[in-house]
Amino acid sequence: MNVRLYLWQRLTAAVMVPMIMLHLALIFYATRQGLTAADILSRTRGSVAWALFYGTFVLAASSHASIGIRNILTEWSPLKDRAAGVSAMGFALLLGALGLGAVAAVVSP
Amino acid sequence: MIARTARTLDHRRNLLWLAALVHRLSGLGLAVFLPVHFLALGLAINGEAQLEGFLRWTDRPVVKLAESGLVFLLAVHLLGGLRLLLIENLPWPGWQKQLATLAIGISVIVTSIFLVRVF
Amino acid sequence: MSNTESELTVSLWRGAQSGSYETYKVPMHANQTVLDVVTWVQRNVDPTLSYRFACRVGMCGSCAMTVNGGPRWTCRTIVAKVVKGGRLEIGPLENLPVIKDLAADMRVFFEKWQQAKGVFAPSKTRHDAIERIKSDSEARIAADLAIECINCAICYAACDSVRWNPDYLGPAQLNRAWTLVNDVRDGKNPERLQAVAVKGGCHSCHSLQSCQEYCPMSLNPTAAIAGLKRRTMRAFIKGEIKA
Repeated sequence: MNVRLYLWQRLTAAVMVPMIMLHLALIFYATRQGLTAADILSRTRGSVAWALFYGTFVLAASSHASIGIRNILTEWSPLKDRAAGVSAMGFALLLGALGLGAVAAVVSP
Repeated sequence: MIARTARTLDHRRNLLWLAALVHRLSGLGLAVFLPVHFLALGLAINGEAQLEGFLRWTDRPVVKLAESGLVFLLAVHLLGGLRLLLIENLPWPGWQKQLATLAIGISVIVTSIFLVRVF
Repeated sequence: MSNTESELTVSLWRGAQSGSYETYKVPMHANQTVLDVVTWVQRNVDPTLSYRFACRVGMCGSCAMTVNGGPRWTCRTIVAKVVKGGRLEIGPLENLPVIKDLAADMRVFFEKWQQAKGVFAPSKTRHDAIERIKSDSEARIAADLAIECINCAICYAACDSVRWNPDYLGPAQLNRAWTLVNDVRDGKNPERLQAVAVKGGCHSCHSLQSCQEYCPMSLNPTAAIAGLKRRTMRAFIKGEIKA
């Protein structure tokens, strides 16, 4: 890992700290009487605030996770540095696309 | 490099080493789970009914148990990450092991509360 | 020494990179060190046993070996403290190639030392006045905490970041870089920060903290590396160094 990847990973980590706390609180709140689609979607549909919150969350998580995956691949798999970098980038794009798709699905009215 | 000793390397029997391992494995677990999580929520694009159908499938106990596992991974990765940010960016705290124990302890408590609530 | 109580069962690594443990019976004495045990085998059983030592008093850093699974300075390690069920397993340091028997090849260790710019680069000549350094200045205190390294490679052998990432410079090397970063007389610090900010530099440390657990001098390379992480991050944001 070099200083740029390090900075990105720690920065996204710091951004996600309050987000994860809120997300955990929400998980507890949403499961208070069992999880239902109506309950979730009534909160998220048409909400710009939730779209922004989870949109940011998805982007931060995608970069953070893929840098971690890159470290694990270089240290624990036979992949060389370049191959690990490319795989991690692919994973970041996949997560980002799926994540933003999910956010769009739950916030679009 | 392969260890020359048949023994468990001594330095791996250390709480702080284990805490780092837990951090890496929990991160890996979350990374593997995220695509599934996103795909499931993406079902809502086809309307409430599809998402509801999926959520009812998750009512089975084994899935709830797995969800509790995910709550643990998220909590322990969050607190373990906070510990890392702390030791990398603030004056060195002398109570490293207590910090690591606290991170794992709180995660276990949070997960237990979740378990009690969903069952 | 006549206070022999009983015998130790000692397994010593014999061979080079590939080899095996061979078992010897060594008389047990009070206050015996691990180095004493190795020396006894060489003097009394097999004179071809290879190992490295010099000062025998914990200053030179040349006698480190893997003792019962952990890296230790053998001249200052009392057998009674590490023996398990009358057994000792002694091998060369981990994470380094083996030359022969208990002697590890330290070349990579010192090459990385150079790579981390662990050499003092004077910024003045003999004609300049001697720089006054206040003993209570922040930089001097930081340097003091890291300065007593004896280059024994115990931290390097205990570090799984080294084991898993052959590019990683290593705890002792980065600890040394940190003392020089805090040395106001040094003239090569932009280059040094650059050297530890690239792939394999200080950011490859995962704070596993085995280095500080095992350092015989009670230094804390993890804390030194955290200092480098902060310093390089600041330099990178300011555009002084590149990734």
